[in-house]
Amino acid sequence: MSPPDLEARDWRPDRPSPSVPTVMEPVVELIQARKRYGSVEALRGVDLTIHRGEVVAMLGPNGAGKTTSINLMLGLRRPTSGQVRLFGRDPGDRRARSRCGVMLQESGVPMGLRVRELVETFRAYYPNPMPTARVLTFAGLEAQAHVPANKLSGGQLRRLYYALSICGDPELLFLDEPTVGLDVESRRAFLDTIEEFAAEGKTIVLTTHYLEEADRLARRVIVIDQGRIIADAPPSEIKSQVAGKRVRFDCVGPIDEAALRGLPYRHLELRGGHVQMLTNQPEEVLREVFQRGLVIRNLEVVGADLEEAFLALTARRAPELVEVEGRQLETEEAAG
Amino acid sequence: MSTAVADQHPRPDVAPLGRMAAAQVRATLLFYWRNPAFFVFSLVLPVFFYAFFGLAFGRQRVAGNVTASYLIMAQMGAYAVSSILVFNIGIGQANRRATGQDRLLRATPLPSWIALFADIVGGLVLSLLSLLALFVLAVAAGGVRLDPLEWGSLLLRLVLGSLPLLGLGLAIGYGASQNAAPALANLIYLPMSFASGMFIPIQNLPNFVRTIAHYLPTYHYAQLVLGQFGVSEEELWRSVLWLAGWGIVLFAIAIRMYRLDQIRKFA
Repeated sequence: MSPPDLEARDWRPDRPSPSVPTVMEPVVELIQARKRYGSVEALRGVDLTIHRGEVVAMLGPNGAGKTTSINLMLGLRRPTSGQVRLFGRDPGDRRARSRCGVMLQESGVPMGLRVRELVETFRAYYPNPMPTARVLTFAGLEAQAHVPANKLSGGQLRRLYYALSICGDPELLFLDEPTVGLDVESRRAFLDTIEEFAAEGKTIVLTTHYLEEADRLARRVIVIDQGRIIADAPPSEIKSQVAGKRVRFDCVGPIDEAALRGLPYRHLELRGGHVQMLTNQPEEVLREVFQRGLVIRNLEVVGADLEEAFLALTARRAPELVEVEGRQLETEEAAG
Repeated sequence: MSTAVADQHPRPDVAPLGRMAAAQVRATLLFYWRNPAFFVFSLVLPVFFYAFFGLAFGRQRVAGNVTASYLIMAQMGAYAVSSILVFNIGIGQANRRATGQDRLLRATPLPSWIALFADIVGGLVLSLLSLLALFVLAVAAGGVRLDPLEWGSLLLRLVLGSLPLLGLGLAIGYGASQNAAPALANLIYLPMSFASGMFIPIQNLPNFVRTIAHYLPTYHYAQLVLGQFGVSEEELWRSVLWLAGWGIVLFAIAIRMYRLDQIRKFA
């Protein structure tokens, strides 16, 4: 074991090997990673490589395996089988962990400590911390620096956890559902904050429920469902695969599936006079509806949530999915 | 360009342990400073008890210059230190687990033993504050007179003898939920302290209680501390041996509880 160790010392990150461009340096690797909790298989063999500078969104419904994947990458959980590498090391290695920042879904801080004090405490855990003032600016917490953590609002508390995740000036940032539970305004502001950090060329891995969030932040979207990666592609490609809008209306008079046949929907639900469709072209759907002379009431067009979007992706569009995966394989081969 | 900058300032791999420990101790002390409700009970109660019992019944001569006031001071000191270890440090772990602080820390490069070390330092600071208040009262109002060496020896007995109870506190803190931990600690620790003569002189307790007491860590802790004034029921080595034995057992349980909790959360 010792000779390779000595060799490894010769290619410290500040002396990149000339043959390998730094851009392709793998930061996170999952190799055939499986995770089982009792009888539940949370991850069923995931292969995934994330390179330096990538902003990756992991997307999927509740219980799909997003958080489990992040926990494995962080060393918060150990894989039942397979391998996980963080900066080429075991995720439990403090040298690897010192280069990461983490924002978890469930976490707490000691009561009564003020924002600035918490940031200063966490900075001490890292070898090359970011200056406290800069952390507070990034997180938008300058005005709350002297507020005790337990007096913060929900949105401010998320910002505090964000501040704690970046205070080590990490090369790699994990954000597990960073905007969950935030109102629209706070979410928008928070996404700006993350974008700002991504602009520094950092590697970011985030999980989310919201396609628009993934679309806005990430250049690569990994869709997980039932413990497997079902798609790995740029957001635009994923977006074209899923139904982004939900159209709902009540029909005056009788209606059946035949009356709606040919409309560009991905998923249709008929219950009495209630019609619900998932589609990417709500305008087309409505034009058709009116052209066919259907009289409707209580029309509603809203963004589909992820569960609904993936209903279309997983259940209906299986052949296309294979295509997406095939394309991904090709791009990887081309890159390798 | 960035690689050239990195060459000039080689970045260390991990933060220095000393800096982590200092920051963690500071955070722990700040926590206590901002939440006096968490420790005021352990800090004030022994002093209050001493003022009540020690000053009322303390004049009685026990041996030589030593009055009951000395013994009550020593026993209240033992009560103060052990309740801080059990209630503040031990149950503090249960709170930390319940509020997800352990998860957040686990995801940072902070080694978990540094967090525990900081908790112990915090408990030690509380203990010393409590003992200081107690000693000042004992000297000022209880007529206690000791030379510096004797104070030092008493302090050492109070602090070292309490270590097995740290094991008890941690076992409860790692094993029980936030709601169950305080109840469990009271259920185990308070009767044990009573039976060991911490509040009522052991001579006044029923025989069967005294028989049981001989097996309890708190009894040997009390004897170790009373030994300072030559009124112990057992030799020093016997107290030390019993405490060491209990220390090993309780810390083994604490470590087991810790591992189980870690496996549940992080395996």
